[in-house]
Amino acid sequence: MGIENHLDNTVHVTNLEWFVNWARKSSMWPLGFGLACCALEMIAAFVSRYDLSRFGMEVARPSPRHADLMIVSGTASKKMLPAVLRIYEQMAEPKWVIAMGACACSGGIYKNYAVVQGIDKYLPVDVYVPGCPPRPEALLDGILQLHAKVMKEQSIKNPQFHGIKVVGK
Amino acid sequence: MSQVTNKIPDGRSELMELNLGPHHPSTHGVFRAIVELDGEIVVNVVPYLGYLHRGFEKTCENKQYHQVIPLTERCDYMGASSNSLVYAMCVEKLLGVTVPERAQVVRVMMAELSRIFSHLFWLGTHGHDVGAMTPLFYMLREREEIMNLFELTAGGRLMPNYIRLGGISQELEEGFLDKLKAFCDHFDQRVDEYETLLTKNVIYIDRTKDVGYLSLKDALDLGISGPMIRASGLKWDIRKSNPYCGYESYDFDIPVQHGCDIYSRYLVRVQEMRESNKILRQTLKKLPGGPIRANVPGKIFPDQQEIYTKMEALIHHFMLVVRGVSVPSGEYYQCIESPRGELGCYIISDGTPNPYRLKWRAPAFVNLQALQKMANGSLFADLIAILSSVDIVLAEVDR
Amino acid sequence: MNPEMVKEKLASRFGDESISVQTILDQVVVNVPGQLIVPICEFVRDDPDLKFDFLSFVGAVDRMPESPRFELIYQLYSTSSSERLRIKTRAIENESGEASIDSVYGVWASSNWHERETAEMFGIVFENHPDPRKLLLPDEWNAHPLRKDFPIMGTEQDTPDLSK
Repeated sequence: MGIENHLDNTVHVTNLEWFVNWARKSSMWPLGFGLACCALEMIAAFVSRYDLSRFGMEVARPSPRHADLMIVSGTASKKMLPAVLRIYEQMAEPKWVIAMGACACSGGIYKNYAVVQGIDKYLPVDVYVPGCPPRPEALLDGILQLHAKVMKEQSIKNPQFHGIKVVGK
Repeated sequence: MSQVTNKIPDGRSELMELNLGPHHPSTHGVFRAIVELDGEIVVNVVPYLGYLHRGFEKTCENKQYHQVIPLTERCDYMGASSNSLVYAMCVEKLLGVTVPERAQVVRVMMAELSRIFSHLFWLGTHGHDVGAMTPLFYMLREREEIMNLFELTAGGRLMPNYIRLGGISQELEEGFLDKLKAFCDHFDQRVDEYETLLTKNVIYIDRTKDVGYLSLKDALDLGISGPMIRASGLKWDIRKSNPYCGYESYDFDIPVQHGCDIYSRYLVRVQEMRESNKILRQTLKKLPGGPIRANVPGKIFPDQQEIYTKMEALIHHFMLVVRGVSVPSGEYYQCIESPRGELGCYIISDGTPNPYRLKWRAPAFVNLQALQKMANGSLFADLIAILSSVDIVLAEVDR
Repeated sequence: MNPEMVKEKLASRFGDESISVQTILDQVVVNVPGQLIVPICEFVRDDPDLKFDFLSFVGAVDRMPESPRFELIYQLYSTSSSERLRIKTRAIENESGEASIDSVYGVWASSNWHERETAEMFGIVFENHPDPRKLLLPDEWNAHPLRKDFPIMGTEQDTPDLSK
């Protein structure tokens, strides 16, 4: 563009929304939330072979207050559901959810009394990563799609607030 | 009563109840415990389970015998092939089917690879819980090599789903045996490297020696099996005492320690990895030719090539998929030595294609009962180390 | 292990009308009456020829529509002789249809959690159990899922949504 050429490409011109989105997606901190078998593939995505720190995400915070991204990896049983919702509520805005694995997307192979048939019945899920368990590359693909979604968000003009309330019901 | 208030005049003594919640970085999954603390001393720890209860036994009653195999693999996701092995052996006994020699040897390969797989992850996370972060990354690197081998069998990295009723599902890929041989050749030296990180480390010894004491008498009374009871002095391994799948023809030792503490359990598991490698080398030499599944038309899936050429094989395959295999009525309890202990599968069949009752004897469930005995009276930091030495997998505990 | 030897020992001690021993697929199974379960378990644990000191599991089977409805399974192992034994019995039903049986916690401590799980899954009461709380299911639920007449998806009333 005009100004950039004049200043020998030492300056990059953009709008505030793009900049905010870029900052958000480049250092999204995931919450270490492994429920079942998919947690092992999530851990495999963190270590050296499928390195997640290329995307700025190796800081997996155990506390939900510090985290941006909740990867629900594994089966959410009905007994665990209040804990999942409470942890989601404790995360500060902006926050995103990835449903990893067949059990989180839709209940998986467990269609019975004890398993929630899809975590999207209770949480606003952004990306679904199917598989049983999905390969770490599939999880990385899901994360990159989430990054693309974050880049397209209207974070300044029309910010989203996910107001689910579990505590104090 | 309270060690703290004895020193404080007019001190008020009150126990603090701490919720070691279902979401916690060092509980290896969704495990919850209410810990009553007197300062730093654990007075009582009460586990609360069920946060990963997925209704496994009820689901199995509504599925055909072949459809249960992937469900069993997800019960203990660390050593997945052991689970499908014990289930397949139980149903084969009920059906009266003998598995051919080649399939037996390949099943032993899968079982021992699962054992190494599970112990490597245990070692990594146990070190992480005690404070040593380095072993975790080395173990996960090692596990990637084993996952490559699993992928070569049937395509699944974590849950290969390779074992079928009557044998295994497909022939070994080309290159599997070479890769397995390369793995076995360098693995012993790797275990020696990993031992240099922890075995003689003064900090590790201080944290784990004489911590989490479980005497042999208590362990037997509580139903503990596997590396935990071998670390308490009992030389019991189901592969030797009630051999299955051809284990009587392999030459391996059972590592036993007498310390009854966390350090002994660590030594037992590390030595078990070496012994498993020994068995793997013997399977490579021993692997015979022959069919990979038993030839019992109407009960066991026919060979894949025959389906394309023979009419009867096609019809049998169709009926088995649509209707399932009708197992004659009876009951059987099959148990194997899984990486955690005695893994048992008790099936009651009634002539229909669905199991009437499937009871899963999960070793992690029973071993976790010892937590109260071991941890009461110890320091809180030791509680985490003791919990990790039990080697639980929550999916097995809650089923 | 000789099934006749087991039958002889048990019959001489407890009377042989109600105790039967059979061999199913090379495994010895003993059927005993529900009232005698604790003395029989103590006997097989302490007898020098049997010495079944390891309890593998305690489980139950719903044999609807037979009466008594619930069958209990005790799978035992002897670490000294590497033998296995299975003891089966039926829970005792009272007039209102509730099933109960004595707990074997005094014989093998590992039966603690097995019995808690069996109690909540089937609705059987274990008398003299030290800690009869639910183990795996949520406390708010009032369901016995492993019964044959319980639907696999549960019901809104028995297995309600806990997030509300």
